[in-house]
Amino acid sequence: MGATAEAHLHDDHEVHHHKETFVTKYIFSQDHKMIAKQYLITGVLVMGIIGIFMSLMIRMQIAWPEQPNVLFETFLGKWAPGGVMDADIYLALVTIHGTLMVFFVLTAGLSGTFSNLLIPLQIGARDMASGFLNMISYWLFFISCVVMIASFFVEMGPAAAGWTIYPPLSALEMAQPGSGLGMTLWLVSMAIFIASSLLGSLNYIVTVINLRTKGMSMTRLPLTIWAFFVTAVIGVISFPVLLSAALLLIMDRSFGTSFFLSDIFIQGEVLHYQGGSPVLFEHLFWFLGHPEVYIVLLPALGITSEIIATNSRKPIFGYRAMVASILAIAFLSTIVWGHHMFISGMNPFLGSVFTFTTLLIAIPSAVKAFNYITTLWKGNLQMNPAMLFSIGLVSTFITGGLTGIILGDSALDINVHDTYFVVAHFHLVMGISALYGVFAGIYHWFPRMYGRMMNKNLGYLHFWVTAICAYGVFFPMHFIGMAGLPRRYYTNSNFPLFDDTTNTQAVITMFAIIGGTIQLVFLYNFIHSVFYGKKAEQNPWRSNTLEWTAPVEHIHGNWPGALPTVYRWSYDYSKPGHDEDFVPQNVPLKEGEEELQH
Amino acid sequence: MTTLLIFVIVLFVAIALWQMVKIFDLAQVGGPSSQVADDKDNRINGYLMIGFLIFIYAITILSFYYLGDLPLIGNSASEHGPGIDNLMVISMVVIFIVQIVTQFLLHYFAFKYKGEKGRKALFYADNNTLEAIWTIIPVIVLAGLIIYGLFTWNDIMNVTAATDDEDPMVIELYAQQFNWKARYSGEDNVLGQANVRLIDLDRANILGLDEADPYAQDDVIVTELHLPKGRPILFKMRSQDVLHSAYMPHFRAQMNCVPGMVTQFAFTPMVTTAEMRQNPDMQDKVKNINEIRLENKEDIEARGQDLVYEFDYLLLCNKICGKSHYNMQMKIIVEEQEEFDAWMAEQTKFAASLN
Ligand code: HEM
Ligand SMILES: [Cu+2]
Ligand SMILES: [Cu+2]
Repeated sequence: MGATAEAHLHDDHEVHHHKETFVTKYIFSQDHKMIAKQYLITGVLVMGIIGIFMSLMIRMQIAWPEQPNVLFETFLGKWAPGGVMDADIYLALVTIHGTLMVFFVLTAGLSGTFSNLLIPLQIGARDMASGFLNMISYWLFFISCVVMIASFFVEMGPAAAGWTIYPPLSALEMAQPGSGLGMTLWLVSMAIFIASSLLGSLNYIVTVINLRTKGMSMTRLPLTIWAFFVTAVIGVISFPVLLSAALLLIMDRSFGTSFFLSDIFIQGEVLHYQGGSPVLFEHLFWFLGHPEVYIVLLPALGITSEIIATNSRKPIFGYRAMVASILAIAFLSTIVWGHHMFISGMNPFLGSVFTFTTLLIAIPSAVKAFNYITTLWKGNLQMNPAMLFSIGLVSTFITGGLTGIILGDSALDINVHDTYFVVAHFHLVMGISALYGVFAGIYHWFPRMYGRMMNKNLGYLHFWVTAICAYGVFFPMHFIGMAGLPRRYYTNSNFPLFDDTTNTQAVITMFAIIGGTIQLVFLYNFIHSVFYGKKAEQNPWRSNTLEWTAPVEHIHGNWPGALPTVYRWSYDYSKPGHDEDFVPQNVPLKEGEEELQH
Repeated sequence: MTTLLIFVIVLFVAIALWQMVKIFDLAQVGGPSSQVADDKDNRINGYLMIGFLIFIYAITILSFYYLGDLPLIGNSASEHGPGIDNLMVISMVVIFIVQIVTQFLLHYFAFKYKGEKGRKALFYADNNTLEAIWTIIPVIVLAGLIIYGLFTWNDIMNVTAATDDEDPMVIELYAQQFNWKARYSGEDNVLGQANVRLIDLDRANILGLDEADPYAQDDVIVTELHLPKGRPILFKMRSQDVLHSAYMPHFRAQMNCVPGMVTQFAFTPMVTTAEMRQNPDMQDKVKNINEIRLENKEDIEARGQDLVYEFDYLLLCNKICGKSHYNMQMKIIVEEQEEFDAWMAEQTKFAASLN
């Protein structure tokens, strides 16, 4: 496979002379750079905007429950009679928001954009191992987006059982309206999504293993590639399990099987299901679900490693330890899923085991955080917007990761499980951190994607307002959670126990509205710069990695002549004995220069 | 009204942003490299990093100051509660210290080493001692937390060992969309057999008890959970339709209710409702809540609720279960044994409750 791909791609004749039509260039493109942009626009921008908008509606409902709201009236129509949001659609919003953000934006959007863009460019390949599968992968993703959004237009509304879609709620149409056609569409969409993700991941894995250019040994790979590679491996291991869970659920729903259901009496009748268990579904779901959170986070950490090193003008500190911790996280992430199920009714002894493995995973996470901080130490920090978002990522990763220590302790989880404490935890550690990774990546590689620069001042404005709002939203939320307020409550005004949290909820919503609105500045900056941004130089950030040795103009096959040869790792920044403070990977070692033993 | 206000605010923010965007845009002069950070940008953002560090500290302090009495720490109403609370405090102190120190290092370095033209960074790629230090320190700290945590967990969850010799009172918590029932096991302290297939609404056998089971005859089904102070309680949880979770935050207790299986949780209530109402912290909390309620008087009365709040323990549903998930609670009353006995004596036994 590797050999034929090489032979095909090295055939310069084929590479440079075949005509491209509009359709093959922009729509059914097989070029990884174009596919990356397609993912960016569909996954990050479109789905991201929809997801953020939903979250703002959720927040307004929580802060000002059951009050008429023009936005609800306009966008929810019959589900907000008189502008008052209905309780069912509240749950639907929560569900689809979570699904869009976790899967569509931060899995497909993030990996799809940056793995596609960077894997071939940073390892010195002409394209992905299979451009065709890559194209299929994108279009499957596109279809899954359409199906998911379409579920908003069905009679009974979209899926509303939470992004974790635990049965029996998700299995029984009579349990809630969203479990009818809406849930069917959710399951179909996710099945297509998983197919897309698997094709993408296999492609990334094969490409990294087979298509590295001469001299690009695994120990010279930039950490971005390590992260994308390991992410793809985790995806291939865990997504099929979710697929099987989805298929079994479809069977329970439509074909009368009892994998997840047993002994149910609902709306006056006993159902025939016998012998299944919802806990089984929870195991299957979280066997994907926990690795999934690292599928979201690792690429962001990879991006950050690259950007922090480049902008600190320093080697990333502890390259080997960074690779080792990525591998350790990947391994451990497959044996901690039970921490989402401490009080699901599973054997408490299992709870002890999962507490142990969960707190183990905090160790490689801590190593990574310390290594980032040490990379900054005695650097010469270039405060580009990408750098700010990367530093921001480290900050939110620490804040959110630390509360993981509480949640991972089964005894403590008893009282905070499923409260706002969990919401605060995972939004900081996963949501915000990964989002910062996406933004950092966009600001950093925009010149590589569009040949133009984004406006830095708007970038600064975007970062600082977002950073303040992120803490403003999620920091106080810990306290609400510790007060015992359950998540996914449509309103808290039905009993007075939590009335002392109402003002805080309103403040949080204010921060959320400001933080959501400021993203428009980013959107403006992005769109404006695509067309009118300053033309980019070849290597604006003076970076070492190979993508900056390719011409600004996109060409099929990436490099006009031969592929670059690699002589060193990608972190020779400020290396003594060189005039410049960076030495690209394709610069041969000087006479007597030692390659760092890393 | 509030909505209108928000819209006006959002509108103003949007206009302000738009104006700023235009100004920034016009100020954009020079070549392509003008979009790469220069010394001035580094300086300004370096200072902003310190500003942000202060912001993080400030929001931490403000949150503790204004919201510090929200967390359920101290004042637990169950025997095992203080164990959890202790562990919580210890963990919080640990992560608090780590948070303060690491955020300081991160933002301070970002400020201290802000770039300057002509300066060269230190080429420093590796240090095994350092790596070892920050691997081993977390290992030690986490090992401590894990060990403490696991002892606490085992104490709580090992219901058979903990309650066998103490003769716990067995109570079933029964969940359905969207309410709770409690079933007491009666004098025999054994719950009668039950299955949702036996539910017979015409005969008012709403929990599906086996009418032939002798143990079922003296069971008592209620919609308000009464618990005698100081007596270990073994809860058996059941659900008839979807997942629910029986969450009793003041007792530091929670367990999912799963259709098709019986889950369990045990604790000993130690503080009666009356005693909790006399607790000074609780009185402050209730006073605070009542002040807030007074401010929203109209809303609350429009909803038909009592304006004045008096503390009660609640059992909340904490697993998304459908439309009225947010409104699925049951009142819990902890009382002295005599009061409990008196209350129990008034309840109807299952055998007598059938039509
Ligand atoms: C320091 C390491 C971490 C530990 C010990 C930890 C622990 C936990 C635990 C125990 C829960 C379950 C809480 C509950 O439902 O009661 C949880 C929830 C969650 N965590 Fe983490 N976590 C860590 C890091 C992360 C990271 C890095 C991510 C994402 C990249 C993440 C994302 C999530 C998500 C999405 C949930 C919530 C899922 C849901 O219930 O909807 N966590 N975490
Ligand atoms: Cu997890
Ligand atoms: Cu519920």
